[in-house]
Amino acid sequence: MSTITAGGIHVPLQTAEVTTVGSPVLNIAIFGLFVAITLVIVLRASRNNKTAADYYAAGRSFTGGQNGTAIAGDYLSAASFLGIVGAIAINGYDGFLYSIGFLVAWLVALLLVAELLRNTGKFTMADVLSFRLKQRPVRIAAAITTLAVCFFYLLAQMAGAGGLVSLLLGINDRLGQSIVITVVGVLMIMYVLIGGMKGTTWVQIIKACLLIAGAFIMTIWVLALHGFNLSTLLGAAIETSGNAAITSPGLQYGLTSITRLDFLSLALALVLGTAALPHVLMRFYTVPTAKEARRSVVWAIWLIGAFYLFTLILGYGASALIGSERILGAPGGVNSAAPLLAYELGGSILLGLISAVAFATILAVVAGLTITAAASFAHDIYASVIRKDRVDPDGEVKVARRTVVVIGLVSIAGGIGAQGQNVAFLVALAFAVAASANLPTILYSLFWKRFNTQGAIWSMYGGLGSAILLIALSPVVSGGEKSMIQGADFSVFPLSNPGIVSIPLAFFLGWLGTVLSRTTEDPMKQAEMEVRSLTGVGAEKATDH
Amino acid sequence: MGSHPVEPDAGSGAAVDFTEVQQTEQFKELRKRHRSFVFPMAVFFLLWYFAYVLLADYAHEFMATPVFGNINVGIILGLLQFVSTFAITMWYVSYANRRLDPIAANLRHELEEAAPEVFVDPSGGKK
Repeated sequence: MSTITAGGIHVPLQTAEVTTVGSPVLNIAIFGLFVAITLVIVLRASRNNKTAADYYAAGRSFTGGQNGTAIAGDYLSAASFLGIVGAIAINGYDGFLYSIGFLVAWLVALLLVAELLRNTGKFTMADVLSFRLKQRPVRIAAAITTLAVCFFYLLAQMAGAGGLVSLLLGINDRLGQSIVITVVGVLMIMYVLIGGMKGTTWVQIIKACLLIAGAFIMTIWVLALHGFNLSTLLGAAIETSGNAAITSPGLQYGLTSITRLDFLSLALALVLGTAALPHVLMRFYTVPTAKEARRSVVWAIWLIGAFYLFTLILGYGASALIGSERILGAPGGVNSAAPLLAYELGGSILLGLISAVAFATILAVVAGLTITAAASFAHDIYASVIRKDRVDPDGEVKVARRTVVVIGLVSIAGGIGAQGQNVAFLVALAFAVAASANLPTILYSLFWKRFNTQGAIWSMYGGLGSAILLIALSPVVSGGEKSMIQGADFSVFPLSNPGIVSIPLAFFLGWLGTVLSRTTEDPMKQAEMEVRSLTGVGAEKATDH
Repeated sequence: MGSHPVEPDAGSGAAVDFTEVQQTEQFKELRKRHRSFVFPMAVFFLLWYFAYVLLADYAHEFMATPVFGNINVGIILGLLQFVSTFAITMWYVSYANRRLDPIAANLRHELEEAAPEVFVDPSGGKK
């Protein structure tokens, strides 16, 4: 997943011998072209932004195919692309394991969440969770977990941008990287401020098409070089690396019993976290019906699945054609596998295209996270809790827009501050928090009649608190070689991913809180939610333009 | 509230008795069909996924068993995860189109006809 991190900065930069591959000027030019085209589209899309439904949910006017492509654009981050190709190139099979978890997770969304959520909510995850429970406390809790997940995810993406810069643009000094992070942040604020959900969605659609097309071309190229035979490709990878173990699991996670347990914990968080990521859930409100929501997930599964199959070929291709020594020796380390492969295959032009796509990727993911966080703050906290629904939609959107600017500035500052830090755990933490704080309450409130407010509160705060606490006490924060805080050791929890403890705990707390509570919720509300979720009666419709 | 000018809470619960709808045979059938597909399927793919993860985590030698050429059991099982994900997706879509959507659409139309004042407004009177 997110090996796109400080990797690029920690690895001693051997720039003296290794001249930067490709042409940074060309990379910047292609990226500039992407920004120019998407800005025009965002400006055009923004002309119809009138109501809250337009701003948050793009007037619910996207088709399932468009939304599915945007979901793929939102989900396939730079970490997915550079990180997984690099992980397969270096660690072989263990890199492949990530992509399987990321893909299978979509079945949870397809079968259990997407359609029911589309039918019962309006703009945010909290709409669904607070539907039949006490509005205020549940809404606040859901908004807090939403903001927490978005914050961890945002920080990882922004800090990842710094690593990407040194790799692709040849900018290695701290000041230069900070400037690039600021540019990325300002661009993102503009997209979201002007374009709202519609603009954000178009950026994600364009980026998904570019990313998947780019990966597809490289995949065909690699396969053509190996006679379209997977076995030949694997053989070439084994030969270059001199290690037959790269085609079977264990190189990265098989070291000790702790690393094995850690992998299990990660696998659990990946498969249960996806369907509870607030920025993914919010995308289901941009389509007019539950049937289109279903179509979106189906599109997303095909696109994401195809993409991960490409990364398998690209990873082994990089391993065969370039070899792990050259990859690890390049500025950017593991993350440079895909760019180096692009250069090997198609020279500076292909490298420039792939680099621009990687940047576009960060921009699109960050924009999606920002609008989700802003909607959650404006809709759940400001309009529903602070103003108790006595605010007109224009006022709410105004607050959402201001929140976008604040979140943008915070993430620029955070991204600059987190430069050079080991931020890989932030994405893992976002998934673990989503799976433990959100998923139990989503499933219980959709499927368990007796579930009540106390259960929801216990589960959400318990899941959020335990996930964050366990990360704070884990080796990623202290006591390890690559820990955030050096020179201190309070790592009493041995795993770097908290999922295996915090997810079952949150499910248990949801059950315990419910059975220990003497209050029962309104059965009318439960009936209404169940009927609505399955039939779609009274669900929000598309606005006409 | 939402996308439309502030309005008195439509209070859909008052105009439509959802508990009554919930008790109808038609709705019970819809719920049964939905749950009898998604629950076993969710259990199945989670078991299959974790069986694979445990094998990859603890049975390295088994996963490294060559099958043909340089392709081993691990690569095949990994690719089968993709195949099963695509297959379950297509299966669910065809099941939902045939067995769920017609009943859901039917119930929705009945409810909308019975209480147009509640459901015609796109804001739906949430709350």
